[in-house]
Amino acid sequence: MLITRKVEFSASHVCRNPRLSDEENRALFGAAANPHGHGHNYLLEVTVEGTPDPVTGMVVDLKVVKEILNREVVDVYDHRFLNREVAPFDKVIPTAENVAIDIWNRLVPHFAGARLHGVRLYETPDLYVDYFGEPA
Amino acid sequence: MIRVTRIYRFAASHRLHTLQRSEAENRELYGKCNNPFGHGHNYEVAVSVRGQVDARSGRAVDIEALDRLVRAQVLEPFDHRNLNTEVEAFRTAVPTSENLGREIVRRLEQNWRAVFSEDGPVLEKVSIAETSRNRFEVAAHENE
Repeated sequence: MLITRKVEFSASHVCRNPRLSDEENRALFGAAANPHGHGHNYLLEVTVEGTPDPVTGMVVDLKVVKEILNREVVDVYDHRFLNREVAPFDKVIPTAENVAIDIWNRLVPHFAGARLHGVRLYETPDLYVDYFGEPA
Repeated sequence: MIRVTRIYRFAASHRLHTLQRSEAENRELYGKCNNPFGHGHNYEVAVSVRGQVDARSGRAVDIEALDRLVRAQVLEPFDHRNLNTEVEAFRTAVPTSENLGREIVRRLEQNWRAVFSEDGPVLEKVSIAETSRNRFEVAAHENE
């Protein structure tokens, strides 16, 4: 069974590869390369997979999921400039793809009983990425 | 491997009517959608692409390239058009969302190589919503 919990955070970022020239960065990332940064209201949907416990009838306690998401994602990302304030984005370009992968990596150790199935990250209402980890 | 989904919108009119049935049978089959004058929808199309995150760009797909492809192949030919009379495929096929989804996949697949390289992102699926109450998902290669 799959259970999904949503959470929102707002953050700013710059999409820029330091090994490329300003011109190459503009060609590659367009407006997102603006060095001053820009922001998004990100919407994150986290899906866990498991079997309902015969006693509680729950796959996972959503209260606990909410605490994990707040602690591991919202407290870290919300109202931050990702490139400057959130590792690994001092080195990794904070595209929606890389942010989703980082969120997955932060969350995965905290889901033991219920397996983390996937994360869906909306950068805008018209663009989202899905990440399900890499096959073992 | 990561999946990137981009959502596009267009507005178009259509009429559901098959030449292989009588007028009365068409009215029975399609109901209001068979109105001879046609009717319209705000369509929402989600295009899902699968790829590896490229080290240079940090992205799995060049969104601007995808936007140009979808604009040229889907939005320009479909937006503010009468699908039955203005889109070649629907002179014969009925422009249901099922057939529209297939036509969009066909157009994107046919022109994919002109935009994305062999080792680049692949088209995974197209999902189309005629209204907010229904959604049709067509996997890439489903047409084959």
